[in-house]
Amino acid sequence: MTMKMLTPAFAVQRDTERCIGCGVCINQCINEVHHMDEDGWMWVDEDRCVGCQRCGVLCPTHALSITEFPMQFRGNQYWSPSHIREIYAQAQTGGVLLTGMGNPRRYRCYFDHLLLNASQVTNPSIDPLREPMELTTYLGNKDVEVPDREKPQLKLKVPVMFAAMSYGAVSLNVQNSLAMAAREAGTMWNTGEGGLHADLREFAPHTIVQVASGRFGVNPDYLGAAAAVEIKIGQGAKPGIGGHLPGEKVTPDVARTRMIPTWSDAISPAPHHDIYSIEDLAQLVETLKVATRYTKPISVKVAAVHNIAAIASGIVRAGADIVVIDGFRGATGAAPLRIRDNTGIPIEVALAQVHQRLLDEGIRQRASLVASGGIRSSADVIKAIILGADAVYIGTAALIALGCHMCQCCFTGRCNWGIATTDARLSKRLNPRLGAEMAANLLQAWAHEIKEMMGGMGINSVDSLRGNRLMLRGVGLERHELELLGVLAAGE
Amino acid sequence: MKVVSYSEYCLGCGLCRIHCAAGHDGYNGNILKAYKRGTPRPRADLIFHQDQSWLNTCQHCPDAPCVNACITGALQQYDRGVVYIDEEICVSCYTCIMVCPYGHIFPGEQAVLKCDLCRERPGQPACVAACPNGALRLVNEGETA
Repeated sequence: MTMKMLTPAFAVQRDTERCIGCGVCINQCINEVHHMDEDGWMWVDEDRCVGCQRCGVLCPTHALSITEFPMQFRGNQYWSPSHIREIYAQAQTGGVLLTGMGNPRRYRCYFDHLLLNASQVTNPSIDPLREPMELTTYLGNKDVEVPDREKPQLKLKVPVMFAAMSYGAVSLNVQNSLAMAAREAGTMWNTGEGGLHADLREFAPHTIVQVASGRFGVNPDYLGAAAAVEIKIGQGAKPGIGGHLPGEKVTPDVARTRMIPTWSDAISPAPHHDIYSIEDLAQLVETLKVATRYTKPISVKVAAVHNIAAIASGIVRAGADIVVIDGFRGATGAAPLRIRDNTGIPIEVALAQVHQRLLDEGIRQRASLVASGGIRSSADVIKAIILGADAVYIGTAALIALGCHMCQCCFTGRCNWGIATTDARLSKRLNPRLGAEMAANLLQAWAHEIKEMMGGMGINSVDSLRGNRLMLRGVGLERHELELLGVLAAGE
Repeated sequence: MKVVSYSEYCLGCGLCRIHCAAGHDGYNGNILKAYKRGTPRPRADLIFHQDQSWLNTCQHCPDAPCVNACITGALQQYDRGVVYIDEEICVSCYTCIMVCPYGHIFPGEQAVLKCDLCRERPGQPACVAACPNGALRLVNEGETA
């Protein structure tokens, strides 16, 4: 046994003046950080703390605070403490570092360098409380040359959908919450690649089902139970990497939904082994269209990578009705840390480029564009729409609404907030009745804010906003970045 | 009316009992005062059985055995079936504790302790308001929530 180099990442501070020894922290921490000994003394084992803050949030007297451990590794401008921590961890385990959630590193966030326009004097702004504002969005092929019966549309009352999160990666209560919220708000939730649980069939008109490389749970019934079908080629957090749901998460219920043996590892291959070209993709798109009798739009989801504009053009030409672009901030339940933090490109640039490429090629009307990956607020939604998106997917924001505290330990299956787990003791920590209310509230709040911002710009329909890049100005961006985004600099 | 506990969403955290204790005996919801300076006396119990847990609290039975058994008339059934105790009259004979089929009444110092649905508290009872996961609900008799 070599010397243990790692120090705790988090410090658990207990205010003994406030602690009443009630034991809420003890019974809520699945990582067993807190202990009470036979003399009534409270002890903490900080090495086990992942910083999920569950104890601190539930403590009835706010006696706990979880902070970064005061002694950070001796880093410098080049070697950050996290680099050092990761090397120690790898030196001890010899393994690939795994992580959850989205890319947290300090890359430029273009959303934060874009500013919205507003009407002054020369054109009137609109008060959304007094005048109608239209957020209804239809996703699908809108080419006038295609007969109506071959271009089914997906109707969204608000241009925000819940991103794909599979049963197994998240608990059934999470999917149930999102499905109920989607029905309430008139939008869509996405099953992810883990199949559709029998209990969620009732939400079919608000469900997008996924066909991914593992093809888990795919059957005619599954395709028939949805409003749209999504082919997942890749995801922003781990482009080019497959999935691996560890066997211990494959409970009998997950196994039944995924149609695989209980407690067996669920491996999603990195590529679809029947898709090695755009022509192959066209075949799968056509197959799914035929299987669903041309009644459902077919979506294709890809990660934003270097050549995304050409890839998206190919996807539209392959017959996809909806193209989903997942930016490099997109989150995941489990990914190799190096892939998550170093692969892909920002969604803002990818979106602007794809939208422009499809316009230039005259095929933009043949598919709707959905932006995904790192949408944090209604301002990000509206900026994405202005850059060319028809709608957005939110995953992390939705999970935060359900209680996620971003500890990035989704891959462990020991989610203290009962979200990224299939452990029955933990998943009951999210009551879907409350979860649905919180997720629906989030969508309602964002819809109000989007209407406010649109009204300020003097625009009363989200259709007039799409690709309307004169409504954006870049601040603090280089000339080539402005050109890639297709926006003018502030002041121009 | 009664508080119903849903074990499928009960976290077993025990916040209901803490807020119950702080909501009674004049602590006005001040948890620190109840637990650091006073004697916390919750009116309900948290039960753990296998992987399940739930709050064991007065069901305010329609034909309440405790009211029938009370030797002084301290326990009375009021509007909407709520059983209150008049602590001035109670002599702590514990007959009610013996007849309660659920074990919902607890021995106290001057009087027995039982759920009064926080009658002096505006809004929901303290336990219902404090439950972080909606595992407790206040329902009317005959209502299935």
